Amino acid sequence: MRLPPRPLVLLGVVAAACAACATDTIAPAAAPARASFDPVLIAKGAQLSAIGNCQVCHSAERGKSFAGGRPLETPFGTIYATNITPEPDTGIGRWPEEAFRRALREGVDREGRHLYPAFPYEYYTRLTDEDIRALYAFIMTREPVRAKNRPNALRPPFNLRALLGIWKGLYFERAAFQPDAARSAQWNRGAYLVNALGHCSACHTPRNFLGGEEKDRLFSGGEAEGWHGPALNALSPSPVPWNAGQLFKYLRTGLDDLHAIAAGPMAPVVHNLAQVPEEEVRAMSVYLETLAGAPSEERRKNAAAALAQAKGAPPAESRGAEVYAGACAACHDQGREASSGGALHLALGSAMTIPTSANLLHITLEGIPAPEGQPGRAMPGFANALTDDQVKDLMAYIREHFGRAPAWTDVDRELAKIREERK
Amino acid sequence: MIRLNINGQAREVDADPATPLLYVLRDHLELNGAKFGCGLGQCGACTVLLEGRAVFSCVTPVSAVKERRVTTLEGLGTPGKPGRVQRAFIAEQAAQCGFCIPGMILQAQALLERNPRPSAAEIREQMSGNLCRCGTHMRILRAVERAAREP
Repeated sequence: MRLPPRPLVLLGVVAAACAACATDTIAPAAAPARASFDPVLIAKGAQLSAIGNCQVCHSAERGKSFAGGRPLETPFGTIYATNITPEPDTGIGRWPEEAFRRALREGVDREGRHLYPAFPYEYYTRLTDEDIRALYAFIMTREPVRAKNRPNALRPPFNLRALLGIWKGLYFERAAFQPDAARSAQWNRGAYLVNALGHCSACHTPRNFLGGEEKDRLFSGGEAEGWHGPALNALSPSPVPWNAGQLFKYLRTGLDDLHAIAAGPMAPVVHNLAQVPEEEVRAMSVYLETLAGAPSEERRKNAAAALAQAKGAPPAESRGAEVYAGACAACHDQGREASSGGALHLALGSAMTIPTSANLLHITLEGIPAPEGQPGRAMPGFANALTDDQVKDLMAYIREHFGRAPAWTDVDRELAKIREERK
Repeated sequence: MIRLNINGQAREVDADPATPLLYVLRDHLELNGAKFGCGLGQCGACTVLLEGRAVFSCVTPVSAVKERRVTTLEGLGTPGKPGRVQRAFIAEQAAQCGFCIPGMILQAQALLERNPRPSAAEIREQMSGNLCRCGTHMRILRAVERAAREP
């Protein structure tokens, strides 16, 4: 007899015992008055909140800041972000700091119910008391918004909160950040920001079928909202290896000369990082550079080949090449020269080299919108201009010619998914 | 020869497959409504409809169009008998220099075909990819609202 995978067995065994897993309620308290917070602390909390990307998930499109309602698609169904404004009845206005800290550290709400790990307490658990105090000061001084939380739409059994107790037993480790004494203060600051507040790993590390991080494949590439989060370690798909200076430029502006523009779920991240103190982003860059380590001889050779390819125009002898020549080449062939549209030469982009066609399809069909009200580059989407067959031809051509990799096998599926979302 | 379906008429052109639809419209077919602005899909002056949906004709290769329905400004009305959206743009005097207006009109047409009663926010969202350097955006928005009200 074949045994089911181990986590499923555990799920069954512990499920019954776990209905009572959740912890105690913390008594509600009146929301602290704004004047009770030090303005310096509030300002610090604002910057930390930007690095933590709090507002992005906790605000609906065109909705009020921090009032929740944004749908987050997961492999287990849709989770709706909650209202974290200090409104007493529908927000977290009655949460004392102790409850706020416990939510970040342990993934439990004020009433003791488990929170879904879409709220990245796996990483926030490493936050310092001081930073949590600043975040509390910032959040509790936002405009209170009365907005009832929308119930999640998760498939059974994932809709059973009590099961999260088991999930935490398997995948969640409550731990403080451990600095590395052998490294510089700047590197350690970067490591803390990346691994605690920034929760970069949430999207850049693969997860198993229960949504648990594959800890032995940290930063090997993950998934977020239908996009692939490329590997940040030695498996990085970037044709040209990143250095700290390029990472800084990218994280700060969304754009580096030799790498792709920030798109999809990464766009709001760089928008936030543009507003925090420069040294925080420098520290993150210094740490991130070391994740990939020094590039191997093979990577260096590939980089040289990609840079050489980025100087020439591609051959045009297939249906996909024809679409490329008419739709893409005007901007992309010249690369980021001053006289061109400023688009990256595709030989240098990672969307061409990652294991899935998802990112390139998203970009091709939806374009890359410039951030609302911000100066920025924009690429038009081609969803209306190209038929499915033309998109498929284009993907095959770009993958082979610029990605220099075996054809994607997921184009039909990913394309259908995106077309469905756009209906 | 490439076969096209422009404003309800079958047309044939002799052009390189990678030629942008815009060049074919203007240079081969003498349909000069769509304008060349940036040539990079950034400004919207070249907007036309493909199967009723707005596309930037400057970055749409003519070979990709096939025999799908293309609608240009000329397909919406004539100077003597302007179409509904064109009438609304005239009534609101939305044009200053007018270079962006054909693209604006087609973009609005695409919206109203899909959503006959758009909200102010939906109009702004749809029109956000079309730029006007004279700054008549407020009049353009009023024109789209007017077109949505009129039969």
